Amino acid sequence: MADLSDDATWRTIRAEFPILDQTLRTGKKLVYLDTAATAQKPNRVVDCIRQCYERDNSNVHRGIHELGDRMTTLLEDAREQVRELLGAREVEEIVFTSGTTMSLNLVAHGWGRKFLRAGDVVLLNEMEHHANLVPWYEAAKATGAEIRHIPLTTDGRLDMDQLDTVLDRQVKLVAVTAMSNVLGTINPVAELARRAHDVGALIAVDGAQSVPHGMTDVTRDQIDFLAFSGHKFYGPTGVGVLYGRRELLEAMDPFLFGGHMIREVTRDSATWADLPAKFEAGTGPFIQAAGLGAAIAYIKQIGMEPIMAYEHELARYAGERLAEVPELTILGPAWPDRGAIFSFVVEGVHPHDLSDLLDRQGVAIRAGHHCTMPLHDRLGLAASARASLAFYNNREEVDSLVEAILAARRVFRR
Amino acid sequence: MLVSLDDLYNDHILDHFESPYHKGHCPGATCQHSDRNPICGDQLSLEVRLGDDQRIEEAWFDGKGCAISQAAASILCEAIEGKTLEQLKEFGARDMLDLIKVPLTASRQKCGLLGFKILKTMLYASEHQPAAEEMASSNAR
Repeated sequence: MADLSDDATWRTIRAEFPILDQTLRTGKKLVYLDTAATAQKPNRVVDCIRQCYERDNSNVHRGIHELGDRMTTLLEDAREQVRELLGAREVEEIVFTSGTTMSLNLVAHGWGRKFLRAGDVVLLNEMEHHANLVPWYEAAKATGAEIRHIPLTTDGRLDMDQLDTVLDRQVKLVAVTAMSNVLGTINPVAELARRAHDVGALIAVDGAQSVPHGMTDVTRDQIDFLAFSGHKFYGPTGVGVLYGRRELLEAMDPFLFGGHMIREVTRDSATWADLPAKFEAGTGPFIQAAGLGAAIAYIKQIGMEPIMAYEHELARYAGERLAEVPELTILGPAWPDRGAIFSFVVEGVHPHDLSDLLDRQGVAIRAGHHCTMPLHDRLGLAASARASLAFYNNREEVDSLVEAILAARRVFRR
Repeated sequence: MLVSLDDLYNDHILDHFESPYHKGHCPGATCQHSDRNPICGDQLSLEVRLGDDQRIEEAWFDGKGCAISQAAASILCEAIEGKTLEQLKEFGARDMLDLIKVPLTASRQKCGLLGFKILKTMLYASEHQPAAEEMASSNAR
């Protein structure tokens, strides 16, 4: 456990992310505030990947030779790290995918298209990322199921008081994000799981933003499916995870077919391998998975609780500083009920122009609809600007953001 | 190389953004086309009135978006009025970027070229699909 509030400790940790220490084409120092899009990687992760390619690379679960054994061990150790991170009971419940999008598509396809019937309901809400909406639209279209939405409050939370009006026995699955990638809203997934189970429905959780920034316990919270991405967890791109309860994964059909996912193949048919191989057709991202294992070990060493405490305090500071900017509106709930993701609009400055003007001052944020067009439609916006923080950011960088926004405003108020 | 805040958002861009040329609807439009940038959600429509001599008598735009996409559409409308369809065939993306004058990064070129892309699609449709042209012009009315 590290004490991130101690400056020397924080600096040591920050130095593990050399990408953050650079000067841009503008001559400005980089201030990276786009972690919600992708997190930076500590040396530990980069070193792990380099070592895999330099020393251990060999296809997994195949070669009866030392390299094959080594690489398979690295992959399966990473799977165990993920199991522990998520609080899953069994390591076979951890499926490696290419990312959150693939994981959610796997559920919508393997479970949704097999078990949804005409008249069934999939319960969504307008703050979901497109990756937790569109696969369900398509599954509903294919099965005759219907889509319903949990109403949102005006400050961007799920309106739990109105849950009863949409959650009934027709609902077969609730798909929900544990933390909004736009509003920073932290949703009550444990309560949603309980309420879903009360009417016989399952819950599928998008953990892309929540897993890297909070405690996850799928067993305690009774989560049926949970998806997250390696690259937002300080790990490599190209790898992600689907957690699914064993009996659900066993009942589902495979999503992709081919090598590794089979038990037996004859001239005209095949049977499926045991979990998790059944859902891991073809050569998977095994080196990336090993890198994700290294990222999880790294975060565990710092400690998720100190990270959460530090990010929570930094979010408080960022919320206060942003509120000082005239004509700036933060989207989503007030601190403390939010993560360290701040989407905002500045009157008279389009988010793209704002992002461009911030870039010229070294501050990297994201502008656009952040793959949440229904949410932006509801907010009456085409786009917003988003600054997202992690434990490797500090108050000085929040100050740089605020100063850069003030300078950008001046450009449009000649 | 040092870049200042004024390099991109200079008077040329901001003047067009704040006081656009022909923003609104084109009286008696004969062609119109609209599109949106799926990455940022910006939307833009272009309406023109072609004379009997196949010359653009008036060009108007409307839409919502960033300063670059809106200023570029204003610059585009100003530039294409009086041009014939034949002349516009020669008008390329490079010419459009030259008219914008300020250097755009790859990601901002999508903003700067949104209006240009709509113009090219509109002209292509009107030349190759007479039915589409009729539909477009009836929409514009």
